[in-house]
Amino acid sequence: MLEKHKKLERNSMLLLMFTVIAVSIGGIIEILPLFRMQTTIEPVKGVRPYTPLELMGQEIYIREGCNTCHSQQIRPLRDEQQRYGHYSLAAESMYDHPFVWGSKRTGPDLARVGGKYSDEWHVAHLKNPRAVVPESIMPSYAFLAEKPYGDWRIKKRLKVLQSLGVPYTQAMIDEAQNDYEAQANPNTIIDPSGLQERYGDKVAVRDFDGNPDEITEMDALIAYLQKLGTDVDFSTYDPDYALKPQDGKPKTGAAK
Amino acid sequence: MSQTAIAPPPKVAPAAAASRPVYDETILKYFTIAAMFWGIAGFAVGLLIALQMAFPDFNIPPYLTFGRLRPLHTSAVIFAFGGNVLFATSYHVVQRTCRARLFSDGLSWFTFWGYQAFILMAGLGYVFGVTQGKEYAEPEWYADLWLTIVWVAYLINYLGTLWKRQEKHIYVANWFYLAFIVTVAILHLVNNVSVPIEIGSVHSYSAWAGVQSALIQWWYGHNAVGFFLTAGFLGIMYYYIPKQANRPVYSYRLSIIHFWALIFIYIWAGPHHLLYTALPDWAQTLGMTFSIILWMPSWGGMINGMMTLSGAWHKLRDDPILQFMIIALSFYGMSTFEGPLLSIKAVNSLSHYTDWTIGHVHAGALGWVAFISFGAIYYLVPHLWKKPGMYSTKLISLHLWVATVGIVVYITSMWVAGIMQGLMWRAYNEMGFLTYSFVETVAAMHPYYIIRAIGGLLFLLGALIMVFNIWKTIASPDSVASETGTPSLTPAALPEHV
Repeated sequence: MLEKHKKLERNSMLLLMFTVIAVSIGGIIEILPLFRMQTTIEPVKGVRPYTPLELMGQEIYIREGCNTCHSQQIRPLRDEQQRYGHYSLAAESMYDHPFVWGSKRTGPDLARVGGKYSDEWHVAHLKNPRAVVPESIMPSYAFLAEKPYGDWRIKKRLKVLQSLGVPYTQAMIDEAQNDYEAQANPNTIIDPSGLQERYGDKVAVRDFDGNPDEITEMDALIAYLQKLGTDVDFSTYDPDYALKPQDGKPKTGAAK
Repeated sequence: MSQTAIAPPPKVAPAAAASRPVYDETILKYFTIAAMFWGIAGFAVGLLIALQMAFPDFNIPPYLTFGRLRPLHTSAVIFAFGGNVLFATSYHVVQRTCRARLFSDGLSWFTFWGYQAFILMAGLGYVFGVTQGKEYAEPEWYADLWLTIVWVAYLINYLGTLWKRQEKHIYVANWFYLAFIVTVAILHLVNNVSVPIEIGSVHSYSAWAGVQSALIQWWYGHNAVGFFLTAGFLGIMYYYIPKQANRPVYSYRLSIIHFWALIFIYIWAGPHHLLYTALPDWAQTLGMTFSIILWMPSWGGMINGMMTLSGAWHKLRDDPILQFMIIALSFYGMSTFEGPLLSIKAVNSLSHYTDWTIGHVHAGALGWVAFISFGAIYYLVPHLWKKPGMYSTKLISLHLWVATVGIVVYITSMWVAGIMQGLMWRAYNEMGFLTYSFVETVAAMHPYYIIRAIGGLLFLLGALIMVFNIWKTIASPDSVASETGTPSLTPAALPEHV
C-alpha cells in the first residue's frame, strides 16, 4: 500500500487526477439527483414567477444584504411554525435565482412576511426601524424612498430568467416595463388589468411607499416583501396528496 | 553553522551553493505584506460590524450598513488575508520542498497583482451594492471570471514547479496545497455559473434556482471551509510545524490516510447547512452522516501535527511561534469536534440560525486559520528578510496572549448567546404559547454582542502588535548570511518517527 502510494508521490499529474476523482464523488452523488425535479420539488398550486416590480424588490433585498440577517426558510419545527407560519416548501423558492434562504436570524424569518404588516408599517420601519420597534438593531433604509427607479433593464432581466427556466411568457417580457409601472402606480394611464391577467388576481396593485408621485426603490422592496409566502393557499394545501389513495386504492403497494 | 563571511545581498545566490536553485523570495515578501495588510483591514471591518450589532448607530447608510459590510468582512479575512497567506506559504513550500524556483516569474507576478485586483473588484462591489448574495461567493460574474483566470495561472505555476522539482517525491504539504487549488477551482466554477443581464451590466442571475441553488451553494460554502480554510492551511501545518520544531512529521502513514480521507469525506458534508429545510431528506441525512465521519480525519491530522513535537515538547515552553502553531491545532481540534456536533439534526435544530454558528466559525477562523498563519508568518519574515530572528520575542508572546484571550472572549460569548437565543425562540409558557416575541430575543443579545466586540478588539490589537514587530524586524539593520545551514526537510524520505 505504501509502496503503491509512492507512485502518486512521484507523479504530480497522477496525484492531481486522483485528487480530482476523490473530491468529485461526493458532489456528484449529492447534487446530480436534485435535478430530477419531480422528486425534489413537489408541484404546488399557486406558485408564480415574480412580477417585474417584485423582481426589482428582490434585487434590492439582495443588494442590501437583507439575507445576511433574515432567513427565508421556515423549518418544520413546532415553535417556528407557530411563530412564522407553515414550513417552507421547495416549490416556493423555485424561481429564486439564486435562493435567499439565508443562514442567520439576527432578525426574524421573512419567508411568510407578506400581508402580515401594512405598507405604512413597512415604510415607517424601513425608514427608521427603532421608531416602530425600539429594540431593533436594523440599519435605516430611508434612502430607498429617495431613490427613484432607474434604468433597470427589466425586459432583459425577464428574458435572462426565462432562458434559465422561469416560465415568463412572451407577453410578460414584452409588457415588462408597463407592468412594472402599473403595479406601483395604478392611477396613471397604464391599466393594471393586463398585469393581473398575466400574473394572477392576487398580485397587489397599489402605491406601496405612500408617495404616488414617483416609483421608488421603496415601492419595489415593499412589493416584494408583501408577496413573500403568499403564493400557496395553505387552507387547501395537502402535504400528503402524493401518498393518499387515488380512486379508493392506495398509491403505493403498502396494503397491510 | 553560520557563515563568518559577510552576507551577500539577499537576492544574490550564494556562489557556494551552485547546485541550489535561486528561489524566488521577492514574491513571497509581497504576498506576506499583502496578507498582513488585508488581515488588519478584515479584522477592523469585523470589529465595525460587531459594533453595528451592539449599537446600530454605527451603520452609515447606504454604503456602510451591516448587510453590505458583512461580505466585505468575510471576503477580506478569508480570501484577502487567508488567500495571500496561502499564496505566500504555498509558493515558499513548493520551492523549498521541490528544490526548484517557481515555474514562471511572469505567472508569479500575474497571480500577485491579479489576485489583489480581484480583492479590490469584489470589495468595492459589495460597498456599492454589487453582489450575488451567496455567502462567500458574493463577487459578481466579471470578478468571478477574472478570478478564474488568476486561479488557472496559479495552478499552472504550482504544477509547473512540481514538474521542475529536483526531489523524487512530492512532499505531503504539497498534496494539500494542490488539493486546495484544484478543488477551489471546481467549486468556484460550478457554484458561479450565471448569466449576466447584458455584457455592460455588473449584474447577473445565477443559473441555479431554489433548492438546487441552495445545495450547490453549500457544497461550495462548506468546501470553501474544507479546502480553502482547511486543506490549504494543513499544508502550512505540514511544513512549518516540522520546520519550527526541527522534528520530522510524526507519521508518514497517518499523513497519507489523513490526506485522502479528509479530501474524500469533506466534500459530502455541505448539506448540514440545510438541515430541516426544503432540501430532500436523503441529502440532509447523507450530509449529517459524513459530517460526523469527518471528525476522524480531522483529528487524525491534528494528532499528526501535534505529535510532531514528541521528543521536543520542551521547545514549546519558550518558543511563542511554536505556541501559536500548537494553539492553532488545539482550536482546530476543538472546532472540528464542534462541527460534527452541530451537524447532528437534533443539535442543529437549536443551533441553526443562531450566533452559536458564528462562534463556531470564529473558533476555526481565528483560532485555527489565523493562528497557524501568524505562526507561519513569524517564521517567514526573518527568513525572507534575512534577519537573525523577529525583532522582539516578547512581543510575539504578547500577541499570542492578547489574541488568545480575544478568541476565548469571542467564542464563549457567542456560545452562551447562541444557545440562549435558540432556547428563547423555542420556549413555551405553561399556557402553551411562545414565551418570547422575536424582538425580546434581540434585546437579550445586546450584552453578548458588546462582549463579542471586545473579543474582536483584542484580536485586532494582537494583529497590530504583530505588524509593529514585523515592521521593526524588517527595518532592523542586522542581517544574517543568506541561509546555508539547516537543510530543508528531506522531502523524499518524509522521515518517519520511530
